[in-house]
Amino acid sequence: MTPATRKKIVQFAGFLSLRLAMALVLAVLVLFLTDIVKKGGGVISWEFLTAAPRRGMTEGGIFPAIVGTFAVTVITAVLAIPLGMAAAIYLNEYARQNALTRLIRLSIRNLSGVPSIVYGLFGVILFVNTLKFGTSILSAGLTLGLMTLPWTITASEEALKAIPNSYREGALALGATKWQMIRTNVLPYAVPGMLTGTVLGLARAAGETAPIMFTGAAFFLPYLPKSLSDQFMALPYHLYIMSTQHHAILQVRPLAYGTALVLIALVLGLNMAAVIFRYRLRRKYR
Amino acid sequence: MSSEGPQVKLQARNLDFYYGQAKALKNVTIDCHANKVTALIGPSGCGKSTFIRTFNRMNDLIPGTRVEGRILLDGEDINAPDVDVVELRRRVGMVFQKPNPFPKSIFDNIAYGLRINGVKDKRRLEEIVERSLQGAALWDEVKDRLDENAFALSGGQQQRLCIARSLAVEPEVILFDEPCSAIDPIATAKVEDLIEKLKTSYTVVIVTHNMQQAARVSDYTAFMMLGELVEFDVTEKVFTNPANKLTEDYITGRFG
Repeated sequence: MTPATRKKIVQFAGFLSLRLAMALVLAVLVLFLTDIVKKGGGVISWEFLTAAPRRGMTEGGIFPAIVGTFAVTVITAVLAIPLGMAAAIYLNEYARQNALTRLIRLSIRNLSGVPSIVYGLFGVILFVNTLKFGTSILSAGLTLGLMTLPWTITASEEALKAIPNSYREGALALGATKWQMIRTNVLPYAVPGMLTGTVLGLARAAGETAPIMFTGAAFFLPYLPKSLSDQFMALPYHLYIMSTQHHAILQVRPLAYGTALVLIALVLGLNMAAVIFRYRLRRKYR
Repeated sequence: MSSEGPQVKLQARNLDFYYGQAKALKNVTIDCHANKVTALIGPSGCGKSTFIRTFNRMNDLIPGTRVEGRILLDGEDINAPDVDVVELRRRVGMVFQKPNPFPKSIFDNIAYGLRINGVKDKRRLEEIVERSLQGAALWDEVKDRLDENAFALSGGQQQRLCIARSLAVEPEVILFDEPCSAIDPIATAKVEDLIEKLKTSYTVVIVTHNMQQAARVSDYTAFMMLGELVEFDVTEKVFTNPANKLTEDYITGRFG
């Protein structure tokens, strides 16, 4: 075998294994999705989406859980988006790059790896007990917000880092103040990236169970929450109950799959919204 | 150098500059005259870019840097504690090595400096945008497409756009940091013509790698090496009869 053929064979084998790896990942995803659609698709109906559970959650729908997840995600967004962006702007644009900021950044990275159950316990101590928000939408939303913060800070900082320094220098050289420079020549181009990362974080938070099960999510509620201090039903927690805690697990299995399908659709929908939003903003500035 | 020259606009007095512990400029003293072009030449790493960036305190942005000695603009120390660095940078404009248009329309690029200084009146903006683009010899090429994104322009046009952008805020001094190193020869010729024209209204300082360019456009030339000012004189003298052996070796192409 000539060295040239050998090189080509090695390259072919290399690319083949990369393709196989990709195919494997896709196959798992497709299998997973078809399984859920097949088993859960049957129960999806207008009633399933708009009615409350009935007869010990063996019949009816998941409307309260959809509303609860939506409400909690809004609280999460209200906390995590502005605070995350502001922290990222501070870290990337204002803070001196020294040992202290490196330590802060490292801590934030580490916080994003803390198991969500730990955030749940922290939320109980801080929001439910100390601040006396009780087990409520507010406590759960804030807990999820704290959990999402490291992600939004990191994603926002990456988006800011992607803005070329020449935009900053160019603005300053024209007599812009630092804040004018950031507001008019950095943020407009960084915000699409910041929001994408943030929405991905929110989507993850919307699907979390552990942080909300001690801080506000209810096993079953016959009514919708009326204020932020009420308990609520949430899709992921409802799914957890339907698949492990219910008195008639086998009977409600299709309902559990239906809940899973709605949850996945919601999360994918959020992600799609982020992608479309970024695409729109990009077109506006390019 | 001639003593009966025109008014001195910008001066460096015994200027030292440090990046952390490393000394990048050593005791540099120089006078830049109003309505003249002063060129800074020297081999890579000689400190000429660092030096030009001390004139609008652009080095403030780099952590761990330190200036000793003085830079005087109209006789006033620009590093004095009461100096407003934002106003300083409006008075001392800068054109960078790589054209750096903002991802905005041509119009908004030129209007940027005006808007951040509070100019809102549309008629006034339009007027100054046109005047600045004409000043940068770009008006005829872009007047019908001011709404187009500045990234659509060629590299040379982008650099003239950046020049127009700095003209719009009516600076007194314009600093050019190797303005032609990223554009083609024809565009370079246009920028050089422009610099020649600009000196009638502005004080110009230019860093260049290209000795022919320094010879063509400048009235005074400073030759720097390893952070030191080796020679500073009228350009013609530096290029025809340099006082220092190092200068002679450099301009005749023996090193650098």
